[in-house]
Amino acid sequence: MSNEIALGAGAGLTTELAHEHHEHHEHHQSFLTKYVFSTDHKMISKQFLITGIVWAFIGGLMSVLFRLQLGYPDAHFYWLQDVLGKFWVDDGRITPQAYYALVTIHGTVMIFFVLTAGLSGTFANFLIPLQIGARDMASPFMNMLSYWFFAAGGLVMLSSLFVQTGPFSGGWVAYAPLSAVRDASPGSKTGMDLWLIAMILFVVSSLMGGLNYVATVLNMRTKGMSMTRLPLSIWALFFTAVIGILSFPVLFSGFILLIFDRNFGTSFYLSDIYINGVGALPNEGGTAILYQHLFWFLGHPEVYIVLLPAMGMASEIMSVNSRKPIFGYMAMIGSLFAICILSFMVWAHHMFVSGMNPFVGSVFVLLTLLIAVPSSIKVFNWLTTLWRGNIRFTPGMLFTIGFVSLFISGGLTGIWVGNSAIDIHLHDTYFVIAHFHLVMGVASMFGMFAGIYHWFPKMYGRYMNNTLAYIHFWITLIGAYLIFWPMHYEGLAGMPRRYYDYSSWESFKQFAELNRFISTVVIITFATQILFIFNFFYSIFKGRVVKDKNPWGATTLEWTTPIRPGHGNWDGEIPEVHRWAYDYNKDGREFIPQTEPIGADETEHH
Amino acid sequence: MSTTTATATATTKWWSGGRSPFNVEYGKIMMWYFLMSDAFTFGALLISYGTTRFATQGWPDPNHVFNSFPGLGSGYPLLFVSLMTFILILSSVTMVLAVQAGQNMNKRAVVSNLIFTIIGGLAFLGCQAWEWTHLHHEGAWWGRNPFLNADGTQSTTNFTNFFFTITGFHGFHVFSGVVINIIMLIMTLNNTFEKRGHYLMIEKAGLYWHFVDLVWVFVFTCFYLV
Repeated sequence: MSNEIALGAGAGLTTELAHEHHEHHEHHQSFLTKYVFSTDHKMISKQFLITGIVWAFIGGLMSVLFRLQLGYPDAHFYWLQDVLGKFWVDDGRITPQAYYALVTIHGTVMIFFVLTAGLSGTFANFLIPLQIGARDMASPFMNMLSYWFFAAGGLVMLSSLFVQTGPFSGGWVAYAPLSAVRDASPGSKTGMDLWLIAMILFVVSSLMGGLNYVATVLNMRTKGMSMTRLPLSIWALFFTAVIGILSFPVLFSGFILLIFDRNFGTSFYLSDIYINGVGALPNEGGTAILYQHLFWFLGHPEVYIVLLPAMGMASEIMSVNSRKPIFGYMAMIGSLFAICILSFMVWAHHMFVSGMNPFVGSVFVLLTLLIAVPSSIKVFNWLTTLWRGNIRFTPGMLFTIGFVSLFISGGLTGIWVGNSAIDIHLHDTYFVIAHFHLVMGVASMFGMFAGIYHWFPKMYGRYMNNTLAYIHFWITLIGAYLIFWPMHYEGLAGMPRRYYDYSSWESFKQFAELNRFISTVVIITFATQILFIFNFFYSIFKGRVVKDKNPWGATTLEWTTPIRPGHGNWDGEIPEVHRWAYDYNKDGREFIPQTEPIGADETEHH
Repeated sequence: MSTTTATATATTKWWSGGRSPFNVEYGKIMMWYFLMSDAFTFGALLISYGTTRFATQGWPDPNHVFNSFPGLGSGYPLLFVSLMTFILILSSVTMVLAVQAGQNMNKRAVVSNLIFTIIGGLAFLGCQAWEWTHLHHEGAWWGRNPFLNADGTQSTTNFTNFFFTITGFHGFHVFSGVVINIIMLIMTLNNTFEKRGHYLMIEKAGLYWHFVDLVWVFVFTCFYLV
């Protein structure tokens, strides 16, 4: 009874929004309400995207800096010292302290700020209302707060780069005791405080965003948009949000205990610790493994939070540009769901050598290898979608194919490291670095690039430059393989990750030239990303103007809006949906929009 | 609230868009998902407590630690915490009455029951404050544990560490629930819900309040009974 009233009130809200939208054509919004404290999901998505690009630049630059150290351990970069100062570069060399800070913050920033907020923040905000046929998110205000919590977290993280003792330097996983004991290292002092504050703000942001995405997808689909007519991008973003809602709170619990260990004399994670120059610590009775469990209960689902949006967008872009329906639509949803469930049951495979009971390890091996099943379903469905397709090699499509390639290459080594016996040899080596960068890091970046190139016309009403995009694609793809492929060999030879200088080990001296080669490719690849950033910002203002409402000939709802949609997305009524999102090359027609009713003589498809 | 797809008539297509499949507005969906999220927070804390406790030799006996009652002195194991629990459950009952009154658009009953719920919440927080002060006077705090294990051996500080952290975190939830209820009370008195024509906000506040009570049942079991 009361619910119907509320739903009626909801309907009133949407018409209100529509009115507001019509008014805005005449009214001039102030800069502050239009660009800064905007509640329009499209503007918030652009805020996430541009903030993500800024963070990707910072995070990428950090990798260039530590690769300088790894590739040229004997060189002196005095000019860098002038730029960065003595904390970071001393006597022309990256200092050990700075090196550890760089790898730590590179990991944190890339995983959380770029590939979580920058990827699902951008595309969940942009695509969900547009593709399900809604005027905005369920709660535009909470949506705005979600961005501002993320921005605040980013600012706190950024400020940690400038404190005297440096940013946190104990690895992006922030294992205790390095993260829990202030005297453990310089980075464990103020830098770690700021890291924790930034991450807690980030968790709040992710929670508010996630609740919005879920409520919007469930409640606000337009008439006729049943769950099985949703584009796969929406399914992926929906599952991503659910995973985030259920996994970040566990990390939050871990952080609460960590804060008490750091500041209030507890010993949840600490026991029997002796520090040179400080002496024995009084903490007794805790265990560092507890933190690892709490961390990886988020940490592994986080991998899928990063990857699922890329998978969803890849499915969508691939179908559009192959001019074919996606192969196995229901299997794609089912495999997303299976990945979702399995992601919560495999976390301890990050801890095979932590001293965990080997029997427990064997259970986690089984569950981990099970993920190969839904992953393979997805890969084969992508390949069969491409099969005999009428492929248009747009930049978005190229990055999508690149995503699939990287996902296969990186995924196959997952079968290696997922086995606890092989992992004894491979854990914490460059093999692992190569594995997760290919399968999660670079693959998801490719998904993000694909999404940006594909939906840029919808975002800004202009196209990005194709020539620059093709250069960007080929150098990035080749670069990614040249950087990470050799790392497999280094890892197999036992070269550990996180070391400052390998030239002092006889067994790793053989890799000096290979390391230099990798570092050189890193510099070239990073320079190409600057080309992308230039293309992005140049095209916002000077790109070729979009004249066609539906430039890619896609079926989904976002292309039924005006070329530059206002707040509220559609002028007039929200369109009704009559078919699934993948009617390409059906009954002799190249594509049939979702808004078109099923014809009388049309063959049954979905 | 009980309307789901199961009870939907054949003509109503709940999942085909244009309506909420659960027949609820978005705020309630968000609240349910938030509560699931929060359940994972508490679950993680309590499982951490459990694993640490079972990995530790010996643990203090709650019947000895929690045996004081204000004005009566010691020797009343778990009596005080039973009172606290009773108060909190009672406040859940008044919250149910407030939600029901809201569904009947009965403003007077909403106001009185919300006031009872707020009083119950404040009373619970007061009890918790007294218990914490009492334990503090006995020498217990984060990082300090004056209590011996049940078998008389020296105990680690993790008993008090977990106790204060988790009951404190729960107390913070009760506190924020009280604040939410006070806001609801003010909005009711200002006729905000009368003007809207529904008291759905009260229902959402109620969901949160019942959740906090439910969590207390688990916290109570883990720290006082086991």
